[in-house]
Amino acid sequence: MEVPILKQGHYLIASIQSALSDADLSQLREALIARVGKFRTRGVIVDVTALDVMDSFAVRTLRDIAHMARLRGAETVIVGIQPEVAFAMVQLGLTLKGIATALDLEEGLAFLDRQGHGRIDNRPGHGRIDRG
Amino acid sequence: MSKKDAPPPPQDPQAGTESTQALLRELVAHLRQNRTQLREEWARRITRAQLLTAMTEEEIFAEATSVYDNYVEALETGTFEALQAYARNLSERIIPRGVETHEVVGIVLLLRDVLARSLFAKYHEDFNKLNRILDAYEPAANRIANTVAVGFVQERERIIRQQQEAIRELSTPVLQVRERLLILPIIGVIDPQRNRQLTEQLLRAIRTNRAKVVVIDITGVAAMDSNVANQLVQTVEASRLLGATVIVTGLSPEIAQTLVTIGVDLSEMATVGDLQGGIEEAERLLGYKVIPYGEATQQA
Amino acid sequence: MGALTVADELRCLIAADVDVVQARQTGRELASELGFSAGDQTVIAAAISEIARNILMYAKRGEVRFTKVLDGTQQGLIVVAEDDGPGIRDIQRALQDGYSTSGGLGLGLPGARRLMDEFEVVSAPGQGTRITMRKWKRGNA
Repeated sequence: MEVPILKQGHYLIASIQSALSDADLSQLREALIARVGKFRTRGVIVDVTALDVMDSFAVRTLRDIAHMARLRGAETVIVGIQPEVAFAMVQLGLTLKGIATALDLEEGLAFLDRQGHGRIDNRPGHGRIDRG
Repeated sequence: MSKKDAPPPPQDPQAGTESTQALLRELVAHLRQNRTQLREEWARRITRAQLLTAMTEEEIFAEATSVYDNYVEALETGTFEALQAYARNLSERIIPRGVETHEVVGIVLLLRDVLARSLFAKYHEDFNKLNRILDAYEPAANRIANTVAVGFVQERERIIRQQQEAIRELSTPVLQVRERLLILPIIGVIDPQRNRQLTEQLLRAIRTNRAKVVVIDITGVAAMDSNVANQLVQTVEASRLLGATVIVTGLSPEIAQTLVTIGVDLSEMATVGDLQGGIEEAERLLGYKVIPYGEATQQA
Repeated sequence: MGALTVADELRCLIAADVDVVQARQTGRELASELGFSAGDQTVIAAAISEIARNILMYAKRGEVRFTKVLDGTQQGLIVVAEDDGPGIRDIQRALQDGYSTSGGLGLGLPGARRLMDEFEVVSAPGQGTRITMRKWKRGNA
């Protein structure tokens, strides 16, 4: 099951649509890392709204993604964690410490914008909107 | 066989000419025939024993009638589902009136006694017959008493749990005071059960209200053991996973100590002395500017 | 199990990645049928996920068995994860909270244990592993 990854300006948005196996998660990680390297990505959003469970492997994968992205100068935001999933996670002792989280895609984008990573490439001489 | 016959020789119960079924049928017929007076006798004894004082005499008589008829029907059919359903229904009605378990058990035993005595009265001249009738009556009557008592107790327990749940809901309100800002004042004793419910409510509220800041005020919490303290930390972490920042206010020195003892890095937890300060900090985080009332009216 | 009324057992073979997903979804469905709250369903699914993954990672193959308990006063779910793998040498240590700050490393046993009401591990080197976990409904709705 491949997770669709959209490019929105300098951001990559991965929208998980359904339950993912460990292999699917690993595939997502590889796909994101490849793309972060390829485009000058400033921000990565992983939307986990559709995940009804997040266990240690899922958390580990998200950490890897965030770590890799940061090494390449991109900030990662995890959005859409469901209330029940968050509750189960903290009881399992899984934290996403050091990784930004937001309520949903809208909030995630707002967060990245505030960080100044920019969807719009407004460096001098580049007054155009990047379209993916 | 009527009472006027000479008592028959002692019979082996197995070889009896009357089966248990037949005896029960006879018993039921007797109870139906004498329904009016037996019911009245029972109601009188209930009042004399000062049971069901929460109800009026008319009410007692009305319920007595229903119980009596259900009782006899259970004896007749040998099935207890209808009785069980009735017992639950009755309990549901009388528990809010303050009727207690010992009263319900008491009236059922009284009915048992009233009926047993009437059997003694009818068959006293035929000792063997009386014995056989009682043999048939006993197990059924016991089962009835059991069914009614257990039904009552189960209903009572169900209602108590419901009320406890309602109390918990009421005592953990999550308040939205500003857009994107929630306040959760916690008062009193927190047990793990309540804490769990609290956390679930808060997380759902964060999602529904799209809250970005939550102020958890524990001024009203006297003490916290390490389990509950852990749960508080979990609540803060879970809220963050939903993208909300948590400010804890009203942290007493004792609770702060408990948190440190379980390994919480207080410098990582946003705390403010009191609720007012917490709200102001929250507003600051949200980008609100608080204008004193006087200025606001001038500008209007 | 004495006087408990139990429904039939449901089995999930664990031999591949997707089986872990299947196992936790099955667990969630059963929990839902039993009337567990949404929060508890998620917790049960997470615990199953951890344990099922262990089977795959260490034993390559095993099974997860589910049993619904519908006794009058207590209702809940029993989950048994069993494999013929290498076994756990030091169960006590495996059950200890050894989380590093990156979180979630290790066998995931302490986490699963925290999530469930009852948790038993029977294992020895070379003798496979059997983990039994139970979660009961709180109160009776």
